[in-house]
Amino acid sequence: MTLAVLILALFASIFAGTKWSDASTTPGLALDLEGGTQIILTPIASEGEVTDETIQQAINVIRQRVDSSGVTEAEITSQGKNIVVGLPGTPSDETLDLVRKSAQMRFRPVLTVGAPTPVESETPAEAPAEPETPVVPANPSDLAQITPAVQAEFDALDCTDPKNLTGGLGDEPDAPLVTCADDGSAKYILGPVEIEGTEISNASSGMGTTPQGVSTGQWVVNLEFNNEGTEAFKDTTTRLVSLPSPQNAFALVLDGLVISAPTANDVITDGKAEISGSFNRESAALLANQLNFGSLPLTFEVQSEQQISATLGSEQLEKGLIAGAIGLLLVVIYSLFQYRALGLVTVASLGIAAVLTFGVILLLSWTIGYRLSLPGVAGIIVAIGITADSFIVYFERIRDELRDGRTLNSAVEKGWDRARRTILASDAVNFLAAVVLYFLAVGGVRGFAFTLGLTTLIDLIVVFMFTHPVMQLLARTKFFANGHPASGLDPRRLGATTRYAGRGRVSRSGATADQDAPTVDAPVDEPFDRPAREKVGAGASLGAASAGEGSRMTIAERRAAARRAAESDATTTGSSTEGDKNEENL
Amino acid sequence: MAQGFAQWGNDLYTGRKSYQIVGNRRRFYIVAIVMVVLSFGVLLTKGFNLGIDFRGGSEFVVSNVTETDQQPAIDAVAEVAPAEVPRVTTVGGAAIRVQTDRLTADEVTEVRDALAGAYSVTEDDVTTAFIGPSWGKDVSQKAITGLIVFLALVGLVMTIYFRNWRMAAAALIALFHDLIITVGIYAAIGWEVTPATVIGFLTILGYSIYDTVVVFDKVRENTHGILDQTRSTYAERANLAVNQTLVRSINTSVVALLPVSAILFIGAFLLGAGTLRDISLALFVGMAVGAYSSIFLATPLEVTLREREPAIKEHTKKVLEKRAALAAQAAESTGGATDDAALAAAGVQGAGQLQPGSHQGVKAQPRRKRGH
Repeated sequence: MTLAVLILALFASIFAGTKWSDASTTPGLALDLEGGTQIILTPIASEGEVTDETIQQAINVIRQRVDSSGVTEAEITSQGKNIVVGLPGTPSDETLDLVRKSAQMRFRPVLTVGAPTPVESETPAEAPAEPETPVVPANPSDLAQITPAVQAEFDALDCTDPKNLTGGLGDEPDAPLVTCADDGSAKYILGPVEIEGTEISNASSGMGTTPQGVSTGQWVVNLEFNNEGTEAFKDTTTRLVSLPSPQNAFALVLDGLVISAPTANDVITDGKAEISGSFNRESAALLANQLNFGSLPLTFEVQSEQQISATLGSEQLEKGLIAGAIGLLLVVIYSLFQYRALGLVTVASLGIAAVLTFGVILLLSWTIGYRLSLPGVAGIIVAIGITADSFIVYFERIRDELRDGRTLNSAVEKGWDRARRTILASDAVNFLAAVVLYFLAVGGVRGFAFTLGLTTLIDLIVVFMFTHPVMQLLARTKFFANGHPASGLDPRRLGATTRYAGRGRVSRSGATADQDAPTVDAPVDEPFDRPAREKVGAGASLGAASAGEGSRMTIAERRAAARRAAESDATTTGSSTEGDKNEENL
Repeated sequence: MAQGFAQWGNDLYTGRKSYQIVGNRRRFYIVAIVMVVLSFGVLLTKGFNLGIDFRGGSEFVVSNVTETDQQPAIDAVAEVAPAEVPRVTTVGGAAIRVQTDRLTADEVTEVRDALAGAYSVTEDDVTTAFIGPSWGKDVSQKAITGLIVFLALVGLVMTIYFRNWRMAAAALIALFHDLIITVGIYAAIGWEVTPATVIGFLTILGYSIYDTVVVFDKVRENTHGILDQTRSTYAERANLAVNQTLVRSINTSVVALLPVSAILFIGAFLLGAGTLRDISLALFVGMAVGAYSSIFLATPLEVTLREREPAIKEHTKKVLEKRAALAAQAAESTGGATDDAALAAAGVQGAGQLQPGSHQGVKAQPRRKRGH
């Protein structure tokens, strides 16, 4: 069976995952179950729109800070215009501050560059020591700014230590800055800020062109400044071109770390710079994005900051699972009570659905990092009812067909035909609801919508690949086909109507093959006695003349009914012309 | 009892027993209108008890406490911020939740220490949270957008599936009815409205429509080719459909409500305030109302709307006229019979999907037995 293969494949891949990769046999838990801190930030731009790219950039900045601060498994995602930062455990206040801080992009001149490792002894000859420490530097590139204190700081700085790549450090605009490249490949001493990132009007990546407009085949980043920026950039480049390396470079500092330090080759007067170098498509796009981010410094407004204690989360999960188990048990009892042996099919189907759901959640938490949250658990529990409903719709259809006098085999087929349509339509609506919720909602609603949609799909798989085939098989067994009273498909209890079987014979199909079940066994007030023999008078328990019963009446029956009705006094509520004759007013 | 229930189901299916749900639709409309008005009344007079996610503020949860007395918490907050009136609730078996208006970072630390001291737990057992006032607004705004998009899509899907916009309209009106009454009952009970509650309300959307689709599917099946016969009217066929799906509706509702009530019970009595409790109350009420409306409101509404279609209007008239003629004829032949007899003579059928040319033929022939 396809389903068996499916389940096998699912669990085989998970097993393989646990063996050779980092999959686990328990699903990942979201913060509300595992405990931790969740911070929801709304980025606010001082001017202009907050675009998806800037949010993505902001997330990268936050991730850089969090990762290098030593917190593992932080979850940083965007939800609409919000950034959700999930930190496991109880993070320190410093970490929290890091997350909340806004990031800025600034241009500073490079004073000196060094290898990332700390230097023990005296400064190398390359970096000239300036003894006379002037208080006011002549210009931002003045090496006089490298005071012994700054030099010592520079020497001690170890850019191979991730702790120093956190970013978000104190970034005094007017003071020189000692910092690392964002990838830890070099360390710098930088002059005071010359141009603020806000003065960038646009940055883009593309193929570089020669002045004649011929493509150079190299990836470059194009940078445009606004009026103020153009002026400042002209001044800076004018000064820088004449200086020796490395002082002829300026550093792009994002969040306190140098993301790039291009050399100024020309005086740029029109505010349109081109940064070329060893870029490929990705790195050029990345730098352009970072520059754009810099042009729109975002400040983060903390929407909510929640610490969830691990004990409380696990208590909720435990109680939730208990509730789920109780709910499942009640459903099982009820369906056994209502559908007898057929209820076992429900139970088995629910079991398969549960196994599939568990498997898929494991798979998703391994592959795309899905985390199960409390609303997600609620979604699964709610899905028990919706899944069971598919079976109920199907079983009731089979019963309906049996009542019409079909054999079980054809009732299963015919009932399936009709039930399938209903199940598909209603599941489609449910799935639609889940998808809409997932894409439009935030926070917990998402987790809920996810499991709801997932279980709806699993419901379809189970009904199509398990319940229906099983019913087909069962319909061939004697127990069900003969309508054993405990099978839940007993045609006698279902009041299967008589039907004309040809050649003057009337058969009660479904029961025809059942010689050892005489009609006397029929329970409850003779539901399939021939109506002609029925002694139900007007005003009987049904409240109205029960003339024609069953679906079809012969002419004789109809006359008899008319006569009977005529004989008895019309004490009944005269049914209106519109009503069914057996009406029972509500 | 099961036997009685099965028998009842049979009678409903064959039409031997039939509840006049469509026939008495005015009564159900009145009930629905009264309920909706009452819900609005509750919303206007009492309003929602908004949770901290919508109000904004600071929240402290003290876990692993040995005694769940609330007074120490109130005292601890009063020590730091005398003007504050904290809301203190017990969560689960060994946790206390304290909610205040927004406090400064220093105050938060002080309150945390005070709470840890008051309940003699370590500081790690006291978690703090701060929720900005716009967070809840954000959630509800998204929810409303979701609602509108969902309604538009569902209306479209149902119109395509049933090939009739009136069915979609009836389902959507019933949906509004469910939603408003659920919200009203939730407000009347007075539990806090949290994002979990909003999730619950949103789920009702899917569930209510789902329920209605199942019933409407049967209505559509029963009224297929209705215009080709003159025995019963559209309303009668629709009513039969409701009766025939009644057993399914009851079974489904019970099965869906059982797990939800399990969560509700555990949430309300063991866990106290929290996601599970809020979501399950919203779901419980919504599912119950949804099941009710799919039977007693959606189908009658659908009939009312459909009967405005000229073809169906004409058909209903034709059927009734023909029936009256037959009844008169029968009354003549039996010599002054009652209404019942006349109706019987007219051969009004409750059950049976009689459609000219489709109910007989090879399908009526006995099938070959397999395996014997």
